[in-house]
Amino acid sequence: MKSMHISTTINGDSAEFVCGPDETLLDVLRNRLGLTGAKEGCGTGDCGACSVTLNGRLVCSCLVMGAEAEGAEITTIEGMAEGDQLHPLQKAFIDHAALQCGICTPGILVAAKALLDKNPDPTDTEVRYWLAGNLCRCTGYDKIIRAVQIAAKEMRSA
Amino acid sequence: MNMQYARPETAAEAAGLLAAAGGTTRVLAGGTDVLVQLKSGMVEPELIVDIKRIPGVRDITKEDGGFRIGAAVSGAQLGEHKALVALWPGVVEAVELIGSTQVQGRATMVGNLCNGSPAADSVPAMVAANAIARIEGPNGTRDCPVQDIPVSPGKISLKKGEFITSIFVPARPKHTSDAYLRFIPRTEMDIAVVSAGVSLELDGDGTCTSARVVLGAVAPTVVLVEDAAKAIVGTKLEDAALAALAKACSAACKPIDDKRGTVEFRTQVAGVLAKRAALIAYDRAGGRT
Amino acid sequence: MALDLHAKRVFKQVGTRPPRPDGVDKVTGRAMFGADATAPGMLFARVLRSPHAHAVIKSIDAADALALKGVKAVVTSDDFGLPEDMFARDVQDNCLARGKALYHGHGVAAVAAISDAVAKQALKLIKVDYKVLPHVTDVDEAMKPGAPVVQEGRSEENVGAGLSQNVTTYCEFGHGDLKAGFAKADKIIERSFKTAATHQGYIEPHACLASVTSDGKADLWCCTQGQFAVRTVCAEIMGMEASQLRVTASEIGGGFGGKTTVFIEPIALALSRKTGRPVKMVMSREEVFKATGPTVSSSMDVKIGMTKDGRITAGEAKLRYQGGAFPTGTVTMGAQSAFAAYDLEAVRTYGWNVMTNRPKEAAYRAPGAPMAIFAVESVVDEFCQELGLDPLDVRLKNAAKKGTKSAYGPTFDEIGLVATLEAATAHPHYKAPLGPNQGRGLSCGFWFNFGGNTCVSLNINTDGTVGITEGNPDIGGSRASISLMAAEELGIAYDKVRTIIADTNSLGYNDITDGSRVTFSVGLATIEAARNAIRIMCARAAKIWGIDEDAVVWEDGAAKPSGPNAGDFEPMTLADIAAVSAETGGPIAGHHEVNADGAGVSFGVHLADVEVDPETGATKVLRYTVFQDAGRAVHPDYVEGQMQGGAVQGIGWALNEEYIYNDEGKLQNAGFLDYRVPVASDLPNIDTVILEIPNPGHPYGVRGVGETPIVPPLAALANAVSRAVGVRMTELPMSPPKLLKALSGKG
Repeated sequence: MKSMHISTTINGDSAEFVCGPDETLLDVLRNRLGLTGAKEGCGTGDCGACSVTLNGRLVCSCLVMGAEAEGAEITTIEGMAEGDQLHPLQKAFIDHAALQCGICTPGILVAAKALLDKNPDPTDTEVRYWLAGNLCRCTGYDKIIRAVQIAAKEMRSA
Repeated sequence: MNMQYARPETAAEAAGLLAAAGGTTRVLAGGTDVLVQLKSGMVEPELIVDIKRIPGVRDITKEDGGFRIGAAVSGAQLGEHKALVALWPGVVEAVELIGSTQVQGRATMVGNLCNGSPAADSVPAMVAANAIARIEGPNGTRDCPVQDIPVSPGKISLKKGEFITSIFVPARPKHTSDAYLRFIPRTEMDIAVVSAGVSLELDGDGTCTSARVVLGAVAPTVVLVEDAAKAIVGTKLEDAALAALAKACSAACKPIDDKRGTVEFRTQVAGVLAKRAALIAYDRAGGRT
Repeated sequence: MALDLHAKRVFKQVGTRPPRPDGVDKVTGRAMFGADATAPGMLFARVLRSPHAHAVIKSIDAADALALKGVKAVVTSDDFGLPEDMFARDVQDNCLARGKALYHGHGVAAVAAISDAVAKQALKLIKVDYKVLPHVTDVDEAMKPGAPVVQEGRSEENVGAGLSQNVTTYCEFGHGDLKAGFAKADKIIERSFKTAATHQGYIEPHACLASVTSDGKADLWCCTQGQFAVRTVCAEIMGMEASQLRVTASEIGGGFGGKTTVFIEPIALALSRKTGRPVKMVMSREEVFKATGPTVSSSMDVKIGMTKDGRITAGEAKLRYQGGAFPTGTVTMGAQSAFAAYDLEAVRTYGWNVMTNRPKEAAYRAPGAPMAIFAVESVVDEFCQELGLDPLDVRLKNAAKKGTKSAYGPTFDEIGLVATLEAATAHPHYKAPLGPNQGRGLSCGFWFNFGGNTCVSLNINTDGTVGITEGNPDIGGSRASISLMAAEELGIAYDKVRTIIADTNSLGYNDITDGSRVTFSVGLATIEAARNAIRIMCARAAKIWGIDEDAVVWEDGAAKPSGPNAGDFEPMTLADIAAVSAETGGPIAGHHEVNADGAGVSFGVHLADVEVDPETGATKVLRYTVFQDAGRAVHPDYVEGQMQGGAVQGIGWALNEEYIYNDEGKLQNAGFLDYRVPVASDLPNIDTVILEIPNPGHPYGVRGVGETPIVPPLAALANAVSRAVGVRMTELPMSPPKLLKALSGKG
């Protein structure tokens, strides 16, 4: 199996890596680049814990091949805060207890940010359907939905 | 395991690679089925052909009053195309039901079709819409009705070296529309237990003049139920006509019992969904029940 | 440790909602979970699993796998000894089958290789010769005398004759004269119920990194609910001394009971010992479903007698639980909790634990209770419908309270059941209008709660801050609660305290994070450790002031002279005392070690509104409210979080979650696609009402809150469905095909 040399952009910085054709973007992020914020909960696109954006689209990085990163722009949870300034979503999740164990949190934050970038004023139902692919087993989602709405409101008034 | 990854720049090049490969191959567009197959070890392809560099595969273009949808157009992209949504709302809503928001960022209707699942959401809607697949192969380009692509679960009619580059959904006259509904146990994230796509045309006073009613997940491939169409043609979808349509749909089911549903359930609910989808399509086409 | 005499004290910090200490790490992707650890030169390991439900392993030939480039070692059960301790032996045999594969997915051999890809490739080269045996997965079938026997010789003596060897234990609880009780009833209802096995469904698969060195020392990093328990069982299996095996708990991505035992850690240790290199193992999601513990499935019969005005005269339950291929004790907790919410003159419960060819059961949130209480609460609700009685009135009329002799023996102390029932009665939800095909159901829930072995070390830093070391992995925000209790007791700001979770060499033995014990037990030990530190600080102040130690009191975070010396000296704050500790006798710390008792049972009541689509059998949850006694809600956000999360797990159990087997005993839905946990769009907000009836067994009145909330949803939803569309669902999950069939049968 021949490895490939891939050049890409991750969280605004250029990145290069070598990967085999059988490696997913999630494998590459976690094992080649040390970006372990994206989690593997299922490896089959059913849990959303590995959510990242690829050229501006929310995707499961476990369903993207590492090779497809060539020339692409990728953002991950590690790129969400600006320096020591947490994103309003990150802050709202802490302040409103929208996480318990925290394993689904990176994926949910990346997904929620993608929603608010597209729709700054979603209804609860829209938030719930947008996040349907992000499983959380601890919270029952209640505080997650509330925190997303609190962050959305803050972002609208900013 | 000695898998190769190729990213051809033209359709001909892609067909050549696929034709030349000795073992199993997979075409990669959205990857939402292919990568799951790889993960499970279900397939060990010798070659993955990523078609996303081929010109046109990521575009939706107007053609003869309808639209040509490239093979790598994602569900999310489809849903953002207002003119397409207006023309074929049922097709778009079917594609948009596939998987999560994340999956929508990648999944394509062509991939959904080529995966060969009888439960594929977009297929009943495409068949109801009389959609046509454009196929590239070693012997050039050919068109084929979507209806003739699925053969049996996991199997499609494409020949060695062939792959689909686009789907064409045709123009449609006034007073027509379509709709798609599926049943799943949750509200999202499930594979259809049973589904129904309905496309219909009305005359000026709301009488149905033609219809296509297609069921998913009730047989080895999607089922075009002509008796169901007959049941509503010439009616304004009154209760009796809808009951006849539901009955015809249930009669056309040859489902299996599996982890997702029972024969009994699929048979019963197929009629319910077809009835509901027909009413939505009727309403969208400007009819009033 | 009893409730403080000043129980009416006004708390300054307990009851507030400060940010959790691990928050930033968890929202930035920095928190290190099980699969995030690496070590230089580490190998990757994978497990080959049985494709059969039940089969003799005649031989395992790993020669071709070992010949593959990059493969460093293969282990099978032959690489392990035979632990004397049966618990450890079962854990070991569950990791890798000894002689016989007991279920579909049972580990058979494991490979360590230079990459995950090579390890996977090597698994395909291992040749296993199986002799397939008849199998059994259904609990009732497994109890029959002629059933395939999963394991010989595991049946305890009190199991009656005429049952299969698969029945391992029998238990019985209750009091009073059942016959007389039923004779007093105006109406008797008898019903049978079944519930499917459900999985904890934590999003983080099991993962570990083991490093054994040639001098016999070992380090193990893993996601677990209890690093000390991991050490105990792994040391036993590996023949190591506890001091030589240091286990560090990573951040844990959910457990719910499922990470109270081990599935891969002994394998990783064995492979590391064999190869001399660190070995990392991460389970796939498919392996998690196939080979880690779901909870039991059950088959139950309930018989209750009631008077016309709603007084229960007698209750009886027969519970049969299968817990997979090894003996379990879960039915005991079901038999104890079935009637816990009721004050009964005559009650009897009987339980049988049964082995089948399914994965070894692991604890799942209130293990054994949800199904038993589902059965009882369904029957109570049927009485209410039949007799035209208000379901909350009937519960109130029969409610257990202080002084009630519980159905499982002990007499209850202060408990909050009546308070939760009254809160539900008064809540607007209970009176809200309902539409067509909509129904409202309710159910009580109960859990014992546990205390257990606990150690806390609390260090006063010279800059006036405090470091706490405790030994229980933080699943749902416990570090915040522990810090809050320390800050409260010491009288310093919450952000001056930092709580960390210790590895096994840094603290004495701590029981697992389970039984809803952490905020109770670790909190209790933290308060006592703080009091010990305070005593030392008061002594230091006395020394500085030259007065008697007894003449110093601790108030508002400072030592103050009292009695005859009151007002003689300026108070010294914790920071003042800490700053000069080197001159007054050295570093200051408090610690406390305890086997905590007095956890205080917990009750809850749930109200659920549903709408059923009569044409498809789909059930939608429209509104949901949880009422629960938390004793004292230390950090109310995380108390609510437990109530909401537990409720939603119960909702999943009621509606869609189940282990599905085919005729060959093979699991059909080993993935999140077809094992259907609730998704965000399935649910409404989960409203919560916290009641605070102080637990007499804790200085602040804290009770465990984590487990009770998974109990009521099963019956609450079944009762709601029954009231919505007039069919009583006695089998869970109430998946649409089952419900539609029931509706069609109704005619």
